[in-house]
Amino acid sequence: MTDNNVTSGVSRRGFLKGLGVGTVATGLIPSVAPETEAAEQRPALRGPGEIPITLKINGQNRQLNVEPRVTLLDALRNRLDLTGAKKVCDRGTCGACTVMVDGQPVYSCSMLAVEAEGRMITTVEGLGTPTQMTAVQKAFVKHDAQQCGFCTPGFVMACTAFLSSHPNPTLEEARAGLGGNLCRCGTYAGIMEAVLEAAKKGGA
Amino acid sequence: MKAFEYATPSTLDEATAQLASSWGETEVLAGGTDLVTALKQEITSPKRVVSLKNISALKGIKASANSVNVGAMTTLAELAADKAIKEHFPSLVTAVHNIGSQQIISVGTVGGDLCQRPRCWYFRNGYGILAKQGDASLVPDGDNRYHAIFGNDGPAKFVSASSLGPALIALGASIKVAGPKRKTRTVPAGEFFRAPKADNERETVLLPNEIVTDIQIPIRGLKNATYEVRHRFGLDWPYVAAAVAFQNKGGTVSDVRVVLGHVAPAPWASSGAAKALDGAKVDDVSAAKAGQAATQGAKPLSGNGYKVQMVRTAVKRAILAAAGAA
Repeated sequence: MTDNNVTSGVSRRGFLKGLGVGTVATGLIPSVAPETEAAEQRPALRGPGEIPITLKINGQNRQLNVEPRVTLLDALRNRLDLTGAKKVCDRGTCGACTVMVDGQPVYSCSMLAVEAEGRMITTVEGLGTPTQMTAVQKAFVKHDAQQCGFCTPGFVMACTAFLSSHPNPTLEEARAGLGGNLCRCGTYAGIMEAVLEAAKKGGA
Repeated sequence: MKAFEYATPSTLDEATAQLASSWGETEVLAGGTDLVTALKQEITSPKRVVSLKNISALKGIKASANSVNVGAMTTLAELAADKAIKEHFPSLVTAVHNIGSQQIISVGTVGGDLCQRPRCWYFRNGYGILAKQGDASLVPDGDNRYHAIFGNDGPAKFVSASSLGPALIALGASIKVAGPKRKTRTVPAGEFFRAPKADNERETVLLPNEIVTDIQIPIRGLKNATYEVRHRFGLDWPYVAAAVAFQNKGGTVSDVRVVLGHVAPAPWASSGAAKALDGAKVDDVSAAKAGQAATQGAKPLSGNGYKVQMVRTAVKRAILAAAGAA
């Protein structure tokens, strides 16, 4: 709720209005964090105001200033314009915000952005492109594994992470392994077909 | 979510020094799967959050001949994938997998599982841990379908949310805790949880400036299993969980422990069920008898009588699973 709650310091709308543009040019934020400064060397007590952090996202270092209370999801969506991860329940329950941190699937709504410093973050924007999709993305298209599509980026990330730890799952294992994601349209049958086919085609 | 200071100590000494001596001023952040939501819901609004992520001493699993030591910052996924844990303590592996979300177990920690706050919806909606409006608990006349059927005579009516607690108690684990000035203490898992009597108390014996550092689980050759009765197999909490551990040598059972989860404000050790199984041969009849005994003393509220039958079934199936007869 940090970015759209009345108790938060900065609402998303106000933040965008203040800057006049939807895309925050993070390059314009003064570079207060030289890359040589490792996270461990930072002061052990920071905030509660904005603090400079560097997040390594899809192979790129992105510098930004956030309050410690900002979640990784809000930092991605509202500060870095990476809107693939979706904000649905914002309570670590639905999986729409799933990203990978150090290769592990993570609910980005339930991780503070400051906690992700120094770790390797992969969002759905870091997987394939429309012309060069990953095996999971291709299988989602082929099996029509979505209806409204809002859960899809989270599901694609969850499937990708799941297949990296379970390269050859049974249907039962896939069902259990993907229990952390919800699709309110109920397209689970297509999703299961997609994940099993992606596994056959070499996984993630 | 209110703003807070963010501390990233790299030693336990620093961490405990950064924690306040009263609840609510500071919070410990492990995996964050529970705390971050609690911060958003403002059921806690600390001035400072102390992250344990840089304290390497809290990570990892070490197995010896007699015991397995699990660092509190070990993730649940790491716990369930560990060779020694899989070999000796299948009840823990089941408890982790039943959480039903790869995203939770990849980040959630062993220490965090023990210290997570209850799921009681009155608590989560701002009525405090005792779910009170004025002087009265909202639970007895409210929607109490997920509340306690045991140990609910006192002011606490919620159920402990810990997934690992029942199995750790059944296995005779002990929990090591560090406080300020390098003071440490070891608490038997069975004494770690408690039912708070006042709104400013918590659900464990931890002091506000103490941190769980590691969990020691003795290797005693106990057969063990967890069985949960669940509404769904994806991410959710169970209605009822049963963890059992016992020696099963020469066809008869001894040293029995039966611990129930999600039925009381703390994991609920059923001595009646343990006694019923002690000395028996594990089969459908003895397991069912222990399940029946486990329901003794249940005092369901207006909307959770269904849990009594689930206790009977969960205990029976956990016993059969532990003995390899399921």
